[in-house]
Amino acid sequence: MSKKKEARKIVFESEKEMPAVPMSLGSMLYNKTGAWRNIKPVIDLSKCIKCGICWKFCPDASIDIVDDWPQINYVYCKGCGLCAEECPQKCIAMVEEEK
Amino acid sequence: MSKERKMTLTIPREEFMSPGHLACQGCGASLAMRLALKGLGQRTIVCIPACCWAVIDGPFPHSSLDIPIYHCAFETAASSASGVRAGLDMVGDTETTVLAWAGDGGTFDIGLQALSGAAERNDDIIYTCYDNEAYMNTGIQRSSATPVGAWTTTTPVKHYKKERKKDIIGIMAAHGIPYIATASVAYPEDMVKKFKKAREVRGTRFIHVFAPCPAGWKSRPEDTVKLARLAVQTGYFPLFEIEDGEKWTLNLKIKERKPIAEYLKLQGRFRHLKEEEIALIQQEVDTRWAKILKSCGL
Ligand SMILES: Cc1ncc(C[n+]2csc(CCOP(=O)(O)OP(=O)(O)O)c2C)c(N)n1
Ligand code: SF4
Ligand code: SF4
Ligand code: SF4
Ligand SMILES: [Mg+2]
Repeated sequence: MSKKKEARKIVFESEKEMPAVPMSLGSMLYNKTGAWRNIKPVIDLSKCIKCGICWKFCPDASIDIVDDWPQINYVYCKGCGLCAEECPQKCIAMVEEEK
Repeated sequence: MSKERKMTLTIPREEFMSPGHLACQGCGASLAMRLALKGLGQRTIVCIPACCWAVIDGPFPHSSLDIPIYHCAFETAASSASGVRAGLDMVGDTETTVLAWAGDGGTFDIGLQALSGAAERNDDIIYTCYDNEAYMNTGIQRSSATPVGAWTTTTPVKHYKKERKKDIIGIMAAHGIPYIATASVAYPEDMVKKFKKAREVRGTRFIHVFAPCPAGWKSRPEDTVKLARLAVQTGYFPLFEIEDGEKWTLNLKIKERKPIAEYLKLQGRFRHLKEEEIALIQQEVDTRWAKILKSCGL
């Protein structure tokens, strides 16, 4: 995903601002789906073997690889628990979200 | 764990699907798209008919995919893709891959005619059906891909689905198209490999992707990959390829298949099934598995 795209919701003030044909002008990054979450994954990196399995299976592309470590992107993670379920080290805990 | 060790990456790192999309938690269909595009890459145009994915992508003028999308009518995934292909050919672009991405309702049911037409003409498109085994976008109605025994809102518990799942692979194989494959979100390496391979083949290519749906299957969102894996390990959804309608290859040999009950019991849509009914389903899985092994020359 190109990082250049803005995480901004596009709103047309009038029909003049709309493109002549329906086309996408911006990404869904404005939609911060982390708000959907009830439980959140927390990785215990001391047990992590960097197998990449959590990253591979995240349906929301919400696990980043930062300096060769998995890092949950809480802005978007929906808290499905798939990463925790699939982690072979069982080092991802799903904990109650504090709101 | 040593700090120096690199993260193991078994599939391409580049993402063409962004977070912020509208799929439910643990949606197999969204994982399917993420993986498929890792195999196909940037030079891809996708045609999406009415289905969950038409919503998942996001409302105009936003999109969660980094490739052009053509939203088309429910029954027209294949014919739209054929049209986009013809347009690209006219401007001399033979490099861009045209992908039709439809649900099981859009493939097994209403889009079958357009798909058959494209396959008969051997149009140069990749047609992918992400199969969540019902019309999920409109509220879990049965399709001809819904398996025997399943609850849906149109096959309520008292009248659960009695008809067999349509053999879409058999239908596509009969068209003699150059490439057919089954793929599963539980096997990302195999899936990405198949999309990469399909990209290099010319003519109509058909990929049937198994995509669990927690909302429609009444399963836990964290079980999506487990269910997709069990579907393969029980022999319910074997991973194989068919080249030129004839050469069958089983991609994952399974020595000891797990009982189908293990797969069924994790899903609320099968909760009403009694032991005898599960035994019948097991028989059907066994019969189909034997047939596929035979086709693969095993
Ligand atoms: C001609 C037509 N009939 C009905 C609909 C309503 N409709 C939209 S999506 C859908 C179901 C799609 O099911 P499927 O193809 O399996 O995709 P899923 O939603 O399960 O991902 C239906 C019936 C429509 N959009 N157009
Ligand atoms: S909980 Fe689900 S959405 Fe969140 S990081 Fe894990 S797999 Fe991704
Ligand atoms: S699945 Fe677990 S062990 Fe593997 S990289 Fe993710 S957190 Fe680390
Ligand atoms: S209904 Fe099912 S297929 Fe549709 S977005 Fe939700 S989980 Fe995915
Ligand atoms: Mg469906």
